[in-house]
Amino acid sequence: MSEQIPQTAEQETIGTKEDKEARAAQEAAGVEQTGVSGHAAPPAEHGDPDFTNPLRDAQDRRLPRIAGPSGLVIFGVTGDLSRKKLMPAVYDLANRGLLPPGFSLVGFARRDWEDQDFAQVVHDAVREHARTPFREEVWQQLSEGMRFIPGDFDDDTAFKQLRSAVDELDASRGTGGNYAFYLSVPPKFFPKVVQQLKKHGLADAGEDSWRRAVIEKPFGHDLKSAEELNSLVHDVFDPEQVFRIDHYLGKETVQNILALRFANQMFEPIWNRSYVDHVQITMAEDIGIGGRAGYYDGIGAARDVIQNHLLQLMALTAMEEPAAFDAASLLTEKLKVLRAVRLPEDLGRHTVRGQYADGWQGGTKVSGYLEEEGIDQASTTDTYAAVKLQVDNRRWAGVPFYLRTGKRLGRRVTEIAVVFQRAPHSPFDSTATEELGSNAIVIRVQPDEGMTVRFGSKVPGTSMEIRDVTMDFAYGESFTESSPEAYERLILDVLLGDANLFPRHQEVEESWKILDPIEQYWATHGRPAQYASGSWGPAEADEMLTRDGRSWRRP
Amino acid sequence: MKIDLTDTTASKINKALVQGRRAIGTPAVGMVLTMVIVTDEENAYDSIKAAEEASHEHPSRTLVVIKRQARTPRDRTQSRLDAEVRVGADAGTGETVVLRTYGEVSDHADSVVLPLLLPDAPVVVWWPVEAPEVPSKDPLGALAQRRITDLYAVENPLEALQTRVRSYAPGDTDLAWTRLTPWRSMLAAALDQARERVISAAVEAEADNPAAELLARWLEARLHVRVDRVVTAGPVVTAVRLGTERGEIVIDRPEGPLATLTLPGQPPRTLALKVRATSELIAEELRRLDADEMYAIALNGEATEETPAHV
Repeated sequence: MSEQIPQTAEQETIGTKEDKEARAAQEAAGVEQTGVSGHAAPPAEHGDPDFTNPLRDAQDRRLPRIAGPSGLVIFGVTGDLSRKKLMPAVYDLANRGLLPPGFSLVGFARRDWEDQDFAQVVHDAVREHARTPFREEVWQQLSEGMRFIPGDFDDDTAFKQLRSAVDELDASRGTGGNYAFYLSVPPKFFPKVVQQLKKHGLADAGEDSWRRAVIEKPFGHDLKSAEELNSLVHDVFDPEQVFRIDHYLGKETVQNILALRFANQMFEPIWNRSYVDHVQITMAEDIGIGGRAGYYDGIGAARDVIQNHLLQLMALTAMEEPAAFDAASLLTEKLKVLRAVRLPEDLGRHTVRGQYADGWQGGTKVSGYLEEEGIDQASTTDTYAAVKLQVDNRRWAGVPFYLRTGKRLGRRVTEIAVVFQRAPHSPFDSTATEELGSNAIVIRVQPDEGMTVRFGSKVPGTSMEIRDVTMDFAYGESFTESSPEAYERLILDVLLGDANLFPRHQEVEESWKILDPIEQYWATHGRPAQYASGSWGPAEADEMLTRDGRSWRRP
Repeated sequence: MKIDLTDTTASKINKALVQGRRAIGTPAVGMVLTMVIVTDEENAYDSIKAAEEASHEHPSRTLVVIKRQARTPRDRTQSRLDAEVRVGADAGTGETVVLRTYGEVSDHADSVVLPLLLPDAPVVVWWPVEAPEVPSKDPLGALAQRRITDLYAVENPLEALQTRVRSYAPGDTDLAWTRLTPWRSMLAAALDQARERVISAAVEAEADNPAAELLARWLEARLHVRVDRVVTAGPVVTAVRLGTERGEIVIDRPEGPLATLTLPGQPPRTLALKVRATSELIAEELRRLDADEMYAIALNGEATEETPAHV
């Protein structure tokens, strides 16, 4: 053991104030620092700090990235997300052998449970929702490290218990003081939990270990609240150690956007204003707000979806090539493009919001938003939102990006459609090309992940007639079954400290800067348009595109 | 659906494939590779089953080449090719063609396989049994990017291992090596935690286990220490011990899927180390189709020049 300057990335990013100052001093003194992201070596626990593992080698690509010794603490462990996504994801990771031996899972919630009760809940959740088959030996390995802490978020004794549970796990399971705290709780509890973590010393990583915070959307409801939330969390955790989950970014197709654009030669040359007419990014849900009235009312579709998911998808679609595939370079490029976003001057003509009315959705009669339980009759919350954005840079000037999202639409689908300009000249007469639309590249994010290329082709027969055909790449066909759930990937990345797929606070704040003026305009102008459930949104949204001489794709 | 063709040719088989696809209404699925299985009648069923299961992860066209011995001397002089084309639900997620060769065509199986390969897609050859001496020089092996052999299926594995060492060409790989991946990743993870220089090592396994020998050679190459081979009752590899100055790192799997990991100064922990089914091994093999340099290093077992670890 020595007191040397930490060398590995993990050690460098461990965050207490003193550390930060010390690091700033080192930087000033020209001490070389390694990058903060990427595939960092697992943190040192003991032994030689300069140790490089001889059993690892870049050539040896069979060996998976296994997280270093660590544990995951989930707050709000009884919630839906935790049962349906987080617990199964943890099991699936264990089943694929990607969790370290001794990995521990600590649940925190207001339930009168013992460790065994918690293990039973996890067991049931895994049985029901896990992607990979249930294997007794994996379960046994995992269940040994499960602990449950009953208590409220303002209950000091519960946090003391948590503290001792964490210390106990370090001793009995060798977790090495490395913990990720997953805050799967409503946003109003964020401050409380974060402060409790600080108060009980749970956020302070010891030497050679890390403490990370994982938070879910919403990241505030406007710029001001987002900044407040960020400063609150950053007061306790180093910004580099805060992981914001946007589960869309964990999806294979979204990661594939970057592969598609930057690993190929055939798409990037036409990925600009010379060839692209416009881009449509759609996220449609077929369900209503369900039981989430309390959360949803007053927030609305734009804040719930556009601010995070759609603007992230847009940033990935529009950004320039990053210098490297690491968190810092990706952040730089995404920020650049988000900063270049310009809102339409006339927000009334180029944004639309709507509320679903009653109607028939897929064979079921459903009630309208205002009739949902717990919704004020006079609510102006948007369940549908469509906006037109411009990106002011050389690549995209003049190419509109249409973003839309809504609940109770035709079907559940998320896709990015890059629609190309028509051929500048057609040697065929107009009857031949009557049925020909614009070429398009559609990235289907969910469901049926994949990509479609649409282009014209001659219809077999004697006359010259050209019609749209599609060429299809489906993940389900070329790489069936193995594609992991988004949460699996994201949880593993948190444990590895790889921040590539997590939006940073600057992006969150930048996104609010885009959305805030629209929300302010909506708050003072008119009411949401009504649209029938099961349709593809209000007529106003169609008019918005017709005005530009375009139309929405039917996804 | 199944189409049986007797005394046929590759172009007729190609036609049958198109016909089969048309009939079930799924023309051109996204198959990513062609898998050629060279086997005998006895092992064909299990191999096809494993390949079909693996095809759920890697949709592929599977070509099964079965060399038949004709019964009568007159038949032996006659050359004949029979084929069984399976598409749709009968063939996992891809297509399967079972080729049975009689007589002279058995020596020219590559002429049947070549026209049936998917255009521009990688080719993998797998010999579940009776792999050729030099896989890369075999007519079918020469068509492939990846050649999979299995040291578990030979009579004298350690001797065969030496043959593999001599005949190695980039693209060769062996299921005995694939079986080690969980062991190797757990050992690497253990060393990530211990962060100690290893000064001694031992591999405990049943006698004549080729995977254990490969594991020992890999450890020797990477750790630059002599690795003791300890014979136990098995099954397969039962334990690996890495000695450091602060104590021993042990992964112990006396039986069954549960192993115990012990690190110096830390409590023992259980971890799941299952013996995997052949289909899982094949699925892992197909994940990367470039040369497996680490397998070459493990085969040779010699300490090679230091390459920097993951940064």
